[in-house]
Amino acid sequence: MEDTLILAIESSCDETAASVVKNGRTILSNVISSQIELHKLYGGVVPEIASRKHIEKVNQVIEEALKEADVTLDDLDAIGVTYGPGLVGALLVGVAEAKAIAYAKKLPLVGVHHIEGHVSANYIEHPDLEPPFLCLIVSGGHTHLVIVKDYGEFEILGRTRDDAAGEAFDKVARAIGLGYPGGPKIDKLSKEGNPNAIVFPKAKIGDCPYDFSFSGVKSAVLNYLNQAQMKGEDVNRADLAASFQKAVVDVLVEHTMQAAKDYHMDKVAIAGGVASNGTLRAAMEEACQKHGYKFYRPSPIFCTDNAAMIGVAAYYEFKKGTRHGWDLNAVPNLRLGER
Amino acid sequence: MKILGLDSSGIVASVAVVEDDILVAEYTVNYKKTHSQTLLPMLDEIAKMTELDLNTIDAIAVAAGPGSFTGLRIGSATAKGLGLALKKPLVAVPTVEGLAYNLYDTQGLICPIMDARRKQVYTGIYRFEAHRLVTVEDQMAVPMEELITKLNAYQQPVTFLGDGVPVFKDLIAEKLTVPYTFAPAHVNKQRAAAVAALGLVYYKEGKIQTAMEHIPDYLRVSQAERERAEREKKEQQS
Repeated sequence: MEDTLILAIESSCDETAASVVKNGRTILSNVISSQIELHKLYGGVVPEIASRKHIEKVNQVIEEALKEADVTLDDLDAIGVTYGPGLVGALLVGVAEAKAIAYAKKLPLVGVHHIEGHVSANYIEHPDLEPPFLCLIVSGGHTHLVIVKDYGEFEILGRTRDDAAGEAFDKVARAIGLGYPGGPKIDKLSKEGNPNAIVFPKAKIGDCPYDFSFSGVKSAVLNYLNQAQMKGEDVNRADLAASFQKAVVDVLVEHTMQAAKDYHMDKVAIAGGVASNGTLRAAMEEACQKHGYKFYRPSPIFCTDNAAMIGVAAYYEFKKGTRHGWDLNAVPNLRLGER
Repeated sequence: MKILGLDSSGIVASVAVVEDDILVAEYTVNYKKTHSQTLLPMLDEIAKMTELDLNTIDAIAVAAGPGSFTGLRIGSATAKGLGLALKKPLVAVPTVEGLAYNLYDTQGLICPIMDARRKQVYTGIYRFEAHRLVTVEDQMAVPMEELITKLNAYQQPVTFLGDGVPVFKDLIAEKLTVPYTFAPAHVNKQRAAAVAALGLVYYKEGKIQTAMEHIPDYLRVSQAERERAEREKKEQQS
């Protein structure tokens, strides 16, 4: 069988990334230019600044990805690009760039859903993993519990009703003075704290057992801080971080285990930026072991936004015959399973 | 010498191919639709219609700002992608210069005005001398009132064009003391033919960039940066 080579481009938020992927599973290059230091100044991602940075970096990142993979555009079979969901101005840079390259080289263009990319990150290091499986996707912008029925085919079981899990981490981190991005900082500080020191509420949504809500626990943390301040008490920030993190992780794991049981899934995966959280990885692994499910998770480098995962997703879409036209637009609120 | 021109800096989307002194094709649409959806299909249409082999072009000229931030990036990313794939250089044509070039050999001053919101315009002041576009005042973002004061001081007739005309027509009538006129429909908005033709002049002068180094010139920092600078200034003062 002849090899299929795909160049993938990702620019949906604050990483400009390009990757060359062979046959959907082998990553020949994975170049990421992160803007995180720039956005720290503002306490979060500023869309206009992100978009400006993407246009500065996009060609450099693509050239590096091709060079590292030791291929030229002439060797490629298709171009894959994230076209949603995400920040519209940021997405548009990658989409316009990918379209122009594909057009000039007469290559097929495959638009990829960002979340489908995150799910597909699991295929990179687990050659045995194939659908169907259950996947929890947790990031700064998304919290979804889905059954991956086939490549690119999803049944959404649950989603967040308010804040995404990563968003709650960011907000709590800001409140206790840890800064942006909150996830890794809370994870680190939690290691010094007692997760059972403070009991925060775990929201259950009556009619949808797999849905999530994180605004309650976030508010509870803020209230706790306010009350302590009014009483003039010192807050043990490590205990607070550990207890908050436990409340979030417990709910993520409980809902995932419930869904695996109800839908008879024996394979469970996690994906997205928050999937690199050490406590979540350990807790999910332990729960899966206990219930006899096989557990999959990408290495942290494939949890963060990257183009390798987009290349993997693009490969399976390409094989299915998905092709986009030269009028492909960025779709900031693109729904999973839509195209 | 063959130049591909792109302009998506404002509401107009425009693509053109200029070969020496011939405009081979131009496709200009002034309609509310995202440039992301129109720009490349327009190029595709032109290419099919004129049997254009993209590999035969010498450079890609792009309206490089000022303009709508998102619009500029769509044009720039398209030019950068084409440049990377075709291994061709880019020519960054300042948007306001491209607009002024529409009015080749016009007598008096040429003043393109683009509505920049907040009562400001992206503008510049130009004239033709010996058939060459000469910059009297380089492109800038200024309050319209300030521009009018500048133009009054030059004491020369002015031709206005650009999407700022309908917005500031009344203010011009009220405050401008020199003779003026507005350019007609066929030459009063961005046109890729002008970008390509001026791009050809710049290309011959060696004013080229690699696709990698090209970025738009927004003339303005982002709102977040502006507010942060203001905050820091206040903090310093107090």
